[in-house]
Amino acid sequence: MRPFALVVLLVLVGCGAPGSAADGRVTVFAAASLTEAFTELAEDFEAAHAGVDVVLNFAGSSALAQQIGQGAPADVFASASPATMDQVVAANATAAGPVTFARNRLEIAVPAGNPAGITGLADFADAEAKIALCAEQVPCGAAAKRAFEAAGVTPRPDTLEQDVKAVLTKVRLGEVDAALVYRTDVRSAGGEVEGIAFPGADDTVTDYPIAPLARARNADGARGFVAHVRSDRGRAVLAAAGFDAP
Amino acid sequence: MRSARRRTGGRLPAALVLPAVLGLAFLLVPLVGLLARAPWSTLPSRLFSASVGEALRLSLVCASLATVVCLVLGVPLAWLLARGDVPGRGVLRALVTVPLVLPPVVGGVALLFVLGRRGLVGQHLDAWFGVSLPFTTAGVVLAEAFVAMPFLVISVEGALRAADPRYEEAAATLGASRWLAFRRVTLPSILPGVVAGTVLCWARALGEFGATITFAGNFPGETTTMPLAVYLALETDPDAAIVLSVVLLLVSVGVLAALRDRWVSGPS
Repeated sequence: MRPFALVVLLVLVGCGAPGSAADGRVTVFAAASLTEAFTELAEDFEAAHAGVDVVLNFAGSSALAQQIGQGAPADVFASASPATMDQVVAANATAAGPVTFARNRLEIAVPAGNPAGITGLADFADAEAKIALCAEQVPCGAAAKRAFEAAGVTPRPDTLEQDVKAVLTKVRLGEVDAALVYRTDVRSAGGEVEGIAFPGADDTVTDYPIAPLARARNADGARGFVAHVRSDRGRAVLAAAGFDAP
Repeated sequence: MRSARRRTGGRLPAALVLPAVLGLAFLLVPLVGLLARAPWSTLPSRLFSASVGEALRLSLVCASLATVVCLVLGVPLAWLLARGDVPGRGVLRALVTVPLVLPPVVGGVALLFVLGRRGLVGQHLDAWFGVSLPFTTAGVVLAEAFVAMPFLVISVEGALRAADPRYEEAAATLGASRWLAFRRVTLPSILPGVVAGTVLCWARALGEFGATITFAGNFPGETTTMPLAVYLALETDPDAAIVLSVVLLLVSVGVLAALRDRWVSGPS
């Protein structure tokens, strides 16, 4: 019985530990497309604020909004679309009004060397070409839909992925000939993926709103991190990642 | 079960009852929660919507085909592991169970590296035959078979080890070929194990998510099985996700009920 009780105790202590360190912790829920930029911004922020630990949770914006709505312990939410941020606002989960801190736009992504010779959106209607797009339920898919409607092209995708990083992976592995991803994703993939700008990409510009959250355990840290993202340094990091300034 | 309990006096130590009840609640309450949240009033109309029907049909077809693949390849593999005179059989047996514990996403990535357009084998399939498996229904079947086959192999192998090899030997002394002895003596004697393994394998294939979305992608009517539909529906329409989940839950419970001789009645 004693060893068993000890195990139970250890498990309980283990589960409780994260909460006890909440004082210096800022938990940021951010859209998957912010992975590289926010990782760098978090390191900056930690370096400037001794004892502060920024915990980043990257996923699709809709999934994050759902989790926040269900009471997930987050201090800051940075979304890849105003619509998902609106869900969080509607749930009275924000501590202050969301502000747009960056903009992104779609770009055609092809594997290095562009083996299928993709030149523009019209190639997405080619049944021979392997095409990956985001599902319409997630922001990058909604933006892609606008792009195709504006261009008058009916795409023939082979797969509709659950987030933009999954689309990017299919391009990186060379499993698809072309995909539509954010310009920042093309840049994050380095030389493995080539980006092709297309006319009408302005129609695909999406705003990225950020807000501190009402249930934040670290309200000061949340406000501080939002300010850091909007500072000159934050803008520089975001611009280097391929984001447009709002 | 009941008779066994009577024999041991029917009293569990009090220290075990509480964790046992907690364990039971932990496993069952989430399922109750799913049913409690289900939009019962609109359930029938959602259930018969085109997209749900399509995903369910695809799920059933792919899981069944994957089970056939597993039977054709898995029963001989189980026989090899149980009876075969091969060196390093213990290591082989351990390797066969790897997909059981491997995260399915990893399985999907591994399949891409082998059977993808640029994979070890896939690049030749593409170049020589113009065959590309990712993003196809065949890809879904392969992903499901990869994840589900160990369940079948383990069940059948266990049955083979429990079966008495002397009947086969007797058949052999009476002049039966090895193949005939396998078909007419061995296979019938392990049939319950094969059936249980088949049902388990099918249920696992039906619920497969990670390897499928990684290797086969997601396209309605071709690769969108029920678990993928649940995941995407959760993004925008949680009620639809719940309906799909309830359907999967009912199918899974139905499968386990079909196995009641094996599990619900306890060990034989």
